[in-house]
Amino acid sequence: MTVEFGALGLILLFPLIGVLFNLFLGARLGRRWVNIVGPGVIFIAFALGIWAFAKILSMPAGSELHYKLWDWIEGGSFHVEFGLRIDALSAVMVLIVTGIGAFIHLYSDGYMAHDADYARFFTYMNLFALAMLILVLADNLLMMFVGWEGVGLCSYLLIAFWYSNPEFAYNGRKAFIANRVGDAGFILGMLTIIAVLGHGGVWSLDFGTIHRHLGLFTTTTATVACLLLFLGATGKSAQIPLYVWLPDAMVGPTPVSALIHAATMVTAGVYMVARLNFLYMLAPSAMMVVATIGAVTALFAGTIAIVQSDIKKVLAYSTISQLGYMFLGVGSGAFAAGIFHVMTHAFFKGLLFLCAGSVIHGLGGEQDMTRMGGLRKVMPITFWTMLIATIAISAIPPFSGFFSKDMILAGAYGSGHFGLWIIGVITAGITGFYMFRLLFLTFFGESRVDPERLHHAHESPPVMTIPLIVLAIAAAIGGWVGLPDGFLWGDLFSRFLAPTVGTFTPTVATPGVLLSVIALAISIVGIIIAWVLYIWMPGLPYLIAWRAKALYTLLLQKYYIDQFYNLIVTRPLFFVSNWILHRGVDRFAIDGTVNGTGIALETSGAIARRSETGNIQHYAFIYLLGVIGIVAYYLFLVMR
Amino acid sequence: MVPLPYMMALSAIVFVIGVAGFITRRNILIMFMSVELMLNAVNLAFIGLASRLGTMDGQVIVFFVMTVAAAEAAVGLAIIISVFRNRETVRADELNLLKW
Repeated sequence: MTVEFGALGLILLFPLIGVLFNLFLGARLGRRWVNIVGPGVIFIAFALGIWAFAKILSMPAGSELHYKLWDWIEGGSFHVEFGLRIDALSAVMVLIVTGIGAFIHLYSDGYMAHDADYARFFTYMNLFALAMLILVLADNLLMMFVGWEGVGLCSYLLIAFWYSNPEFAYNGRKAFIANRVGDAGFILGMLTIIAVLGHGGVWSLDFGTIHRHLGLFTTTTATVACLLLFLGATGKSAQIPLYVWLPDAMVGPTPVSALIHAATMVTAGVYMVARLNFLYMLAPSAMMVVATIGAVTALFAGTIAIVQSDIKKVLAYSTISQLGYMFLGVGSGAFAAGIFHVMTHAFFKGLLFLCAGSVIHGLGGEQDMTRMGGLRKVMPITFWTMLIATIAISAIPPFSGFFSKDMILAGAYGSGHFGLWIIGVITAGITGFYMFRLLFLTFFGESRVDPERLHHAHESPPVMTIPLIVLAIAAAIGGWVGLPDGFLWGDLFSRFLAPTVGTFTPTVATPGVLLSVIALAISIVGIIIAWVLYIWMPGLPYLIAWRAKALYTLLLQKYYIDQFYNLIVTRPLFFVSNWILHRGVDRFAIDGTVNGTGIALETSGAIARRSETGNIQHYAFIYLLGVIGIVAYYLFLVMR
Repeated sequence: MVPLPYMMALSAIVFVIGVAGFITRRNILIMFMSVELMLNAVNLAFIGLASRLGTMDGQVIVFFVMTVAAAEAAVGLAIIISVFRNRETVRADELNLLKW
């Protein structure tokens, strides 16, 4: 059942108003207005999102709200409309984007209080939310691509927000370019779908239409389309091989990191796969690739996170790792589990970043964990909320991360990916280890803070701590909507999403609760190791790093992937750009032609102008020669 | 009655004198006179040909030429006087401001 619902347009309208207001009036009206309007429009969108969500709940399962804004492309039989749609899947995403986004905006009021460029900041933030909302509300692939590109643009703008620092600007470009590579895959995937559908006489990219005409796809074409689209997802959602931009994106303001990692951007890839679940189901090998890349990325990024000392870098790699889990989930066919982890991850990762921001803010810009420690007493609210988030991400029940991670691992096991399940379990232990390492280094033990900074260290103002508390509550209890089936109210979340993304049916008999116990045990082992190394025997990590120097360096250098990409991609590209395109084509060929024309004309002019002596008798003489010449010519004609 | 070839030869000689004078003499007044010579050489040719062909056309043209020459002499001399007042010279090779 599809119902036209005009309020969907309003969900987009309010962030748009925020963008325009902050862009044109923000700097003029001053901080007070920006601080109200910037977060305010997102809160209104959140309220509208709740309204739409309630409407979905009140309707029979499988119904959706639709609102057509206008006809966008009318090309003969090819037809795309700018239409919005909310079903169970996008309703959840809208709530995540606007809900988490709103509190991050509110937090930004405090975090950016000392930055002169607050109006520009909120313009970008609102635009980011707007782009993400277009992405999740789109009712066709092409419009989704608009949002897809939009979040890419906004991430670039915000990562390079402090653009006067060349390194920050470089990292912004890196994010943009890595995303562009993925976007190329997305475009090609979209074209594949158009080609296949068009071959069968269907000219539309509407999700519903694609779903209805699945019969036109063969396994091969579906696999090609899915793999190309997944390349797009690896760019946007920071998976191997395109994850490299995300750790470097940490140079942006911390609320931006929270927004990118929790509410917007990186979840886009997971959402896209879940949205096209019917297509992916046609391509088992593509699903296998998705799941494998996800699991490998989860382990890979998790191991890097172990040795990082920058608090935000640890969180960045943990995000990549958690996104790997999500892809493991959707790649195993457990789409609801993947989206469930998107949601719980949004809670605790948003919270973790905001807590980290609070620490950084309180210490006046310090990000190095080796120069923190003992902040428990100084920042009690930040500490307690961060503790909740850390427990949640480490998948300890009854906090939210446990349920979603459990559901994903059950999916991986149930679909027969036993090896990937093992990787997932190991990663769970690593996650527990590095997250508690972060917590212990930051809040426990002796203070290693610069005394000057410690003197000024303070708990953040309420405008920052309130979002922390709200998100902490969500991170603690948010997972309860997806309890294992048969326990209390069971798995409400999967049942709610079932009409959109289907139900996961295990192909392999699972030992049920034993799986959860194993994963939980491994997580706890990870946490205990962290406790041993960083609380009980704080000297031990250095000893281990010294004894296993090769491994330590390998991890510290992030497996030399950046260097590797530099060597095979960036450097050759720079070489071609500089020596061939810039010096060869641009400076030599094009500039040479243009300047050469100018120089030739100038030189000939300089010679020719000498004939203009200004002496009238010279002119008369030349005139005479001309007359004689003409007369001679005619005489010659007559004489002949 | 002077034969036409004589008339035309005289006309040509006077014209060439005018041309040579215009190109070789540096004094603008002389150059000006040379122009008058050329005009009158042409007049001579017109008269001769008109008389030979027995039409009035050539004679009418001569009157036009004389009228224009008179006007031109008036304007030209005024310009030369004005130039002389400003530059204190009437040498054509010194009046060469309008160049590269």
